[in-house]
Amino acid sequence: MITLTINGNEQKVNVTPDTPLLWVLRDTLGMTGTKFGCGMAQCGACTVHLDGEAVRSCIFPVAAAVGKKITTIEGLSPDRSHPLQQAWIEEEVPQCGYCQSGMIMSAAALLEKNPHPSDTEIDQAMTNVCRCGTYSRVRKAIQQAANT
Amino acid sequence: MDTLNVSRRNFLKSTATVAGGLIIGFHLPHNSRLAQAAETTETAINAWLRIGTDDSVTVMMAHSEMGQGVHTSLPMLVAEELEADWRNIQIETSPIGGVYQNPAMGMQITGGSTSVRLRWEMLRTAGAAAREVLIEAAAQQWQVQPENCRAALGKVIHTNSGQTLSYGQLAEAAAKLMPPDSPKLKSPSEFKIIGQPIKRLDTPAKVDGSAIFGIDVKVPNMLIATVKQSPVFGGKVKQYDEAAAKAIAGVKAVVEIPNGVAVVAENYWQAKKGVEALNVSFAETEHDKQDTASITKLLEQGLTENGAVARNTGDAQAALKTAKTQLTAEYSVPFLAHVTMEPMNCTADVKTDSCEVWVGTQAQEWVQQTAAKVTGLPKEKIAVHTTYLGGGFGRRVELDFVTQAVLLSKTVRQPVKLIWAREEDTQHDFYRPAMRVKFTAGLDEKGMPTAIQTRVVGPSILQRVFPGAVKNGLDSTAVEGIADMRYEIPNQYTDYVMKNTHVPVGFWRSVGHSHNAFFLESFIDEIAHASGKNPYHLRRTLLSKSPRFLKVLDTLVWHTNCDQPAPKGYSRGIAIHHSFGSIVGEVAEVSVSEAGKVTVHRVVCVVDCGIVVNPDTVKAQMESAIVYGLSALKEAITLKNGRVEQSNFHDFPVLKMAEMPQIEVVMISNEEKLGGVGEPGTPPIIPAVTNAIFAATGKRLRHLPIDHKESKL
Ligand code: FES
Ligand code: FES
Repeated sequence: MITLTINGNEQKVNVTPDTPLLWVLRDTLGMTGTKFGCGMAQCGACTVHLDGEAVRSCIFPVAAAVGKKITTIEGLSPDRSHPLQQAWIEEEVPQCGYCQSGMIMSAAALLEKNPHPSDTEIDQAMTNVCRCGTYSRVRKAIQQAANT
Repeated sequence: MDTLNVSRRNFLKSTATVAGGLIIGFHLPHNSRLAQAAETTETAINAWLRIGTDDSVTVMMAHSEMGQGVHTSLPMLVAEELEADWRNIQIETSPIGGVYQNPAMGMQITGGSTSVRLRWEMLRTAGAAAREVLIEAAAQQWQVQPENCRAALGKVIHTNSGQTLSYGQLAEAAAKLMPPDSPKLKSPSEFKIIGQPIKRLDTPAKVDGSAIFGIDVKVPNMLIATVKQSPVFGGKVKQYDEAAAKAIAGVKAVVEIPNGVAVVAENYWQAKKGVEALNVSFAETEHDKQDTASITKLLEQGLTENGAVARNTGDAQAALKTAKTQLTAEYSVPFLAHVTMEPMNCTADVKTDSCEVWVGTQAQEWVQQTAAKVTGLPKEKIAVHTTYLGGGFGRRVELDFVTQAVLLSKTVRQPVKLIWAREEDTQHDFYRPAMRVKFTAGLDEKGMPTAIQTRVVGPSILQRVFPGAVKNGLDSTAVEGIADMRYEIPNQYTDYVMKNTHVPVGFWRSVGHSHNAFFLESFIDEIAHASGKNPYHLRRTLLSKSPRFLKVLDTLVWHTNCDQPAPKGYSRGIAIHHSFGSIVGEVAEVSVSEAGKVTVHRVVCVVDCGIVVNPDTVKAQMESAIVYGLSALKEAITLKNGRVEQSNFHDFPVLKMAEMPQIEVVMISNEEKLGGVGEPGTPPIIPAVTNAIFAATGKRLRHLPIDHKESKL
């Protein structure tokens, strides 16, 4: 049994310690907001926070998450009230929406560290892939959230 | 695609709902081919909208939401004519068949940028008919003339007395009335909702992780599977270590499928480890020696053969002989993968007498047929649940992963969710075909083209998907965008040489236009430079009889000054293309460093898509289509030993945030017939950029991709 702290709740899971955190969230716990895109830390769809740091959960063994505070998109706010979620709605960022959990989690970690990033800093921090090409709106929404 | 005829084949029908309330739908006449499907469950299958006694307005969605915004633009059509209160609008996924079929395709398909265009009349008519019976119901209740009543914001109002009844209050009475066959539709000047940047209904669920995509489906007792398929297309399994896979905790079954082996487990990670443990080897195939070079050679050889004639206007050959000068150029593009953000997946639950499938698909009816074939069950026993699609771009019209999921559930007698690894997704796509083209133009003494001859060579998509649509060897998708060019060149000849390979090809956002716009718009640029003309001016002269094209060109100039030299250090390229009923012009502003690094700074996109339903959606789709197209400047699927060399994002370099240019979208506002918006933004972007690169460097890029190592985008 592995004990995890996810969005403030303790969860016990019975999985092999090498299982990536992503699949524990999705398959074992049924928390499907965190997405699978590449499985090799290339796309950012699986981004969650570990003690506030953005982590690509598809390559992150669950054993290494023990004792850390895990935050997923489901736990970012109870009611879409996080300034980034508000800005995302305001700017109509999502298209297919599949990358957006990861985008928002990456952006939230960025703002945590750097509350007023420049466009260049956003470009450097946000290496997530969006095949629908919502990048300009993502950038705009981050700037908007940073200014609220 | 005449929407008018389509809706006239149907007539309207109203019905009471079980819970009380009004359903408006199209009843299909019995001589219609579609009628058979409709007869059995008529009320359920024909309804377009339902008005509840609680004032809710539910609009049925026959088209899949894959990011293009149809789950908002389609209800807008209903709400407009219904005079609904937008806040009461809900959507529901429609069942399969009947009126929900795509009228252009006789199938329930989301593709070809058709959804809003084809439902334009149907959905507005349904909304207007509902409005009229609601007004009539109110008039009866008040014992007044319907002419003295009007509808607004979900209510009927008696003009003189000012009394009102809400749609919910009227729904039951209205359900007993006969809706008019041809209710009065608004003229565009009366639109209140159409033309407004209405917020997408699916946005909230897409910012908190609650939107359900195919990969998120949960069914009680469900197992999870993943596959290893033959890396060479068409290859068969030779051997594998079943015991090794089964030794992994959680692995439930190892199932051989026609082109590979699947491992079924309790979770994805176990299934993935299981597949690795199998160590599958595949039998040799006749394609093992195929590679990018051999395919290029095949296409080059095609250039020397005569093809199926796609266009023959005037006498190109004679005109070329008498031309003052001739210009010849060859162009090529590679195979491309779709790389939807959500890898292919499908969930199936096959029981002895029924089957359910949950899938993000662009083709519900094909899913149903496929599941019927695999299970041997009649179609009526197959339920298809459409989820959100994590990108479609043409990939999710295919059924390979559906076939596998149904087969797996049938074999293990349990619900199975099949998820492909990204590597399988990249290496087992239906690729945008690799194409090659040769142009020859004849120019007169003023440098104006009098003739253009084009030979297009490449694999055929239709030969695989709709072989009946291939006429005398001509696949219309291979030549679209060239054979139907609008340029006023008096003598034109286009033919197509089909060269199929073992690499499966399919519909990729904007299909043939994706390569043909690059070919043609580059070559037109070559003609302009060869004749010392400004590329914008040449296009303007050649499009003198097409006022909508001229307006797009002139608007581009207004926003970019692309008829003037670019500021120092920058260069500009222009391209214009029409596809899916819309005209899109794009200007790219580019700089090329001394080391040869290319940066695209700004793209201005001018679109004429006729009536604009939701301007923000049009804008978003242009932005999206430009990024998707621009990505292809560096992307390529290459082959070695019969197999695809790329596997994941590290070697298939899709565009990311840091490479994102500033994009400005300008819409031409008019009342022309609706054009599509999901695809037409893609074709012009590459030639706009490569033409700009030529303007900067004098180097004409005729073969994609550009070298990624040297080039920054
Ligand atoms: S799925 Fe983890 S980075 Fe792509
Ligand atoms: S919104 Fe579709 S991948 Fe980003």
